[in-house]
Amino acid sequence: MNNKMTVILFSGDLDKALAAFTLATTAASAGMDVSIFFTFWGLNILKKSRFSQTKGQNPLQRMFNFMSTSKLPISKFNMLGLGPLMMKIGMKKVGMAQLEELMTLARSLKVKFIACSTSCGFFGLSKENLVPEVDEFAGASTYLAEAMESKINLFI
Amino acid sequence: MAGKKSTCPVCDELDDASMKSDKTLDCTGLFCPLPIAKTRMVMQKMMSGEVLEILADDPGFLKDLPAWCGLSGEEFVAVKQTGNVYKGYVRKK
Repeated sequence: MNNKMTVILFSGDLDKALAAFTLATTAASAGMDVSIFFTFWGLNILKKSRFSQTKGQNPLQRMFNFMSTSKLPISKFNMLGLGPLMMKIGMKKVGMAQLEELMTLARSLKVKFIACSTSCGFFGLSKENLVPEVDEFAGASTYLAEAMESKINLFI
Repeated sequence: MAGKKSTCPVCDELDDASMKSDKTLDCTGLFCPLPIAKTRMVMQKMMSGEVLEILADDPGFLKDLPAWCGLSGEEFVAVKQTGNVYKGYVRKK
């Protein structure tokens, strides 16, 4: 049996997502089975469209999706979106991989994307709102069952 | 970093002639996790016993390559430093 690693990606910050995907892709490169559980703000990373407004959402859900979008902030020096822009430019300058590239890399290394179904319910997000790369929708028991078999469990 | 000796005592004894590889992967200009991820992808297509040479200039590569070999089970051969470029050698198990 392969070694396993699980990551809970709770944060929707660009810099934290980069750290999570750097570790996930490295572990998968070492032959480990890796699962990432996207929960709460982490779901923003998986959103297909920026505001993800859909018909069935209640006003509160609409508000949350309007305020917290797929345009990810950074955890420090966000400066109303100027920070992430500068970070992307800076990363490109030194040749670091962007989040989109790491996500594609993670998929080609068979990293599993699991969306927390409870968080999806809270934000009024359905399968159609998220990228097709999501493998499954599941809850805490699925995470715990996978975490029990994993040597590395991270909460980011 | 220029001119700094490799921290691996074994590596300093190895000269270029002793480093035969079946394939070379250029990862210069790339940062973690890309050199390791690319190494993995190239090695998956190689035959058992073949040696891959990896060029990289991310300073972390010096320690990351042997660590990755320990995790993945591939055989670590050596990592050498010439100027700002590291040359890593891994044999496929």
